[in-house]
Amino acid sequence: MSVSRVLLAWSLATAITVTPLVGAGAAGAAPGRPAAPQQVSGTVTVSAASSLTDVFPVIAAAFMKKYPGTNVKFNFGGSPALVEQINAGAPVDVLATASEPTMWKAVNAGRVNAPFPFAKNSMAIAMPPGNPAGITGLSDLSRPGVLVAVCAVAVPCGAATRDVLKLNSVVVKPVTLELDVRDVLGRVMADEVDAGIVYVTDVKAAGGKVTSVTIPPASNATTTYPIATVIGAPNAEAARAFVMYVRFTTSVQGILRAYGFARPW
Amino acid sequence: MNGRRAAAPPWFLIGPGVIAVAFLVVPLIALLLQAPWESFASIISTPSAMDALRLSLVTSLIATAIAAVIGIPLAWLLAREILPGTRLIRALVIVPLLLPPVVSGVALLAAFGRRGSVGGFLFDTFGIQLPFTTTGVILAETFVAMPFLIITLEGAFRSFDRRFEDAAVTLGASPWTVFRRITIPLVGPSIIAGAALCWARALGEFGATITFAGNFPGVTQTMPLAVYTALESDRDIAIALSILLLAVSVAVLVALRGNYMRGAARS
Repeated sequence: MSVSRVLLAWSLATAITVTPLVGAGAAGAAPGRPAAPQQVSGTVTVSAASSLTDVFPVIAAAFMKKYPGTNVKFNFGGSPALVEQINAGAPVDVLATASEPTMWKAVNAGRVNAPFPFAKNSMAIAMPPGNPAGITGLSDLSRPGVLVAVCAVAVPCGAATRDVLKLNSVVVKPVTLELDVRDVLGRVMADEVDAGIVYVTDVKAAGGKVTSVTIPPASNATTTYPIATVIGAPNAEAARAFVMYVRFTTSVQGILRAYGFARPW
Repeated sequence: MNGRRAAAPPWFLIGPGVIAVAFLVVPLIALLLQAPWESFASIISTPSAMDALRLSLVTSLIATAIAAVIGIPLAWLLAREILPGTRLIRALVIVPLLLPPVVSGVALLAAFGRRGSVGGFLFDTFGIQLPFTTTGVILAETFVAMPFLIITLEGAFRSFDRRFEDAAVTLGASPWTVFRRITIPLVGPSIIAGAALCWARALGEFGATITFAGNFPGVTQTMPLAVYTALESDRDIAIALSILLLAVSVAVLVALRGNYMRGAARS
């Protein structure tokens, strides 16, 4: 697992501890405030799947340009962990997960409003530069002696990995099950493993730090990214503005395309 | 006013002390309150939970044994200030105790990863790969836990009466006999205390293990990693596994209590 993830989890845990005090103050101030839908300001805290680590700050910069006075803060992590934090009362405004089933967990818990799909992703094989094990396709991953890192099935990238292996009738015995796709990518970039199954967007984000093998669309698995406002968000108006911005702005789809994400509709 | 009254514990210590106890105990009670007791037995008896428990016990015990075999001699050398640069060595060997475990994991990768300074040699020469193996788990646990044994034992070696050793030497005992028959028995309780601390730290090891050894059931997924993994899918399983780990730790601590208390007080 990555250092940043541990730090984030820790800081969020700290935030949860102090929530009752902060929440009480905000609740006391809320009734007196007039409804002003166009007046969006303040900090928006966005919990987002770690595969959005590179693209979301770019989208947020465009959002902050459009709504001066806003400040978007991110908490990136594995989708189930983000849902778990929000269900436990983390003071978050927006949730964006890497799969619909993980988002439903927050919907069913009554913690987020109706989600909108905004992006789609698919899988690829990433190898360290030079491809030391000579991987040319999924079937090479089942060769003995090849060290493979994948996501655990509980996280969206793991579910998609399971689907793609099943679809191709390949049985892989990985050496590690990561809870965050960026940890798989990290192990590949550090040359700790011979290959990892990650999102196509991760390969793109890694640039020259990995080589990759693409999986043909016909035998690939996809996952859809939904975004939703959190019920009882500390900054509900800005949260709504951010979700609407991500979902309905044409230029946002352009940014997502540039980072390798596909259109979900 | 009389003399006995003055001996009553002062309020300014009792208040904070009570808060400290509550702070440390409340989360443990909360864990027990949230436990899925109806399904507890079935959760902890699943093969995957048993695998994780077995792996945890085996690796933590081996790590403690390794720490004892190499850590006790080092503690003695440090206590006697025999090595040149004793102060520096003492500071260096205690660093893993202060490091965030995930940093220890990164450091272990830098050393023993297959592209690491030592690991690269092992891999290229013998094809030995330490990350992602059970041996890697033991390595991570030993690295993080051994300092606890060393500092406990060094304190014990320092504080005991060296005249016993001197007497044995004048009576013609060899250094090995002195160490075995005099030194070790005299610090016995501290060895148990240090080993218990070391073992508990190894059993709870998470950050260095997941970073260096990865996370795979039956091979590197120890109890703490299983708890963390379960949190992503099923909170009940995570809580049940946590309670199992808590029970194992408490059981060992209770079994060692007498020795542990004496040893801790001594060092």
